[in-house]
Amino acid sequence: MFDGREPIYLQIADQIRTEILSGALGEEEQVMSTTQYATEYRINPATAAKAFSELVAEGTLYKRRGVGMFVAPQARERLLAQRRERFFADVVDPVAVEAQMLGIPLDDVVARLGSGAGLLAQQAPTAPQEGTDR
Amino acid sequence: MTVGVEIRDLVVRYGSTTALEGVSLTIEPGTITGLLGRNGSGKTTLLSTIAAFRRPNAGTVLVDGEDPWESARVMAKTCLIRESGDVQVELSMKRNLEFLEGARPHFDRDLAGRLMDVFELDGKRKPSKLSRGKKSAFGAIVGLASRAELTLFDEVHLGMDSPSRYAFYDALMADYVEHPRTIILSSHLIDEVQRLLEKVVILDRGGLLLAEEAETLRARGVSVTGPVDAVEAFTAGRVVLRRQQLGRTAQFTVDGGLEPADRTTAAQLGLELGPVDLQSLFVHLTEREAPR
Repeated sequence: MFDGREPIYLQIADQIRTEILSGALGEEEQVMSTTQYATEYRINPATAAKAFSELVAEGTLYKRRGVGMFVAPQARERLLAQRRERFFADVVDPVAVEAQMLGIPLDDVVARLGSGAGLLAQQAPTAPQEGTDR
Repeated sequence: MTVGVEIRDLVVRYGSTTALEGVSLTIEPGTITGLLGRNGSGKTTLLSTIAAFRRPNAGTVLVDGEDPWESARVMAKTCLIRESGDVQVELSMKRNLEFLEGARPHFDRDLAGRLMDVFELDGKRKPSKLSRGKKSAFGAIVGLASRAELTLFDEVHLGMDSPSRYAFYDALMADYVEHPRTIILSSHLIDEVQRLLEKVVILDRGGLLLAEEAETLRARGVSVTGPVDAVEAFTAGRVVLRRQQLGRTAQFTVDGGLEPADRTTAAQLGLELGPVDLQSLFVHLTEREAPR
């Protein structure tokens, strides 16, 4: 964990945001302490503290003095709103660019999205089907 | 109980060889600093000078505000573990630890005992009879259990196998969070130690190349990938550490963080920007021109 090339504090902050978005970390729940990051992941406590201060500044976490860091009320809603705002620019627009490059009409992309095939593929079992063994 | 280090215009020579030339540096109290540099860059000389094993030819070193040379007060606060382990090699490890318990005011006997078990060392044996890896492990134990306010580890991992090295990193982190103190760790294994570090100091050919927060350094190198012409145009006027080209695609590594406006420009040019890990940045910053 946290083996990416980006600054580690950004990786820690992203991990916490993702856990809040997925619901793994609930509002008013306590997050791991800098000491736990240090001992669990061999990460300098100052680095974990830097991640926390970024999350406090954006309102995702808040500090209870002498106790630790907690997920702020409405943190999930706020993060969801931010991600939704960025969704079209970050996720949909690149799809349109790629489709154009490949010569796939946008109508086909829209039809695919409308059919819900993507969601079905996500839910499909990942086990290899008979006859496809190599 | 934390101790800082101030170094100003430090010069250290061995005969006609200059090991350190005009190094100025501040080590902040209570931080873990990684001391990086290629072979012969002056890492060992710097640590030996801070620990008052060596006297500067010029410049000043202040440890906890005082010149460490022949200062009993400062030396009691400082612990340097070199490759040799800095122990009595002809006394059993048990006797060594008993001696240190008397000599080191904060020595933690329980910690030493626990770590002897972790590294599977038999206290009855003498360091001189140990393999290099086990000798290094004993040095690491001495350095951690001494709990000196200023602890200097000079390539303490040498000869240790990777499980032992990770056991050392774990022990270091666990004890540091319980007993914060100033630690300087010199190492070649940047990938392994980088997460432990708050600050990074890089020496190159006896001079200071940089001293920065580890996280700032991780954001410093940027790889720029895309069509050759666009990469050339975008990187013009920047410090390019490395140029790679494959057909019409180029990847340049540039030194220096980018402004948001730069990122917009890169996107418009169809360039891909990526982070550069600390190990690669170190290699790029310290590599010499290859002979042609």
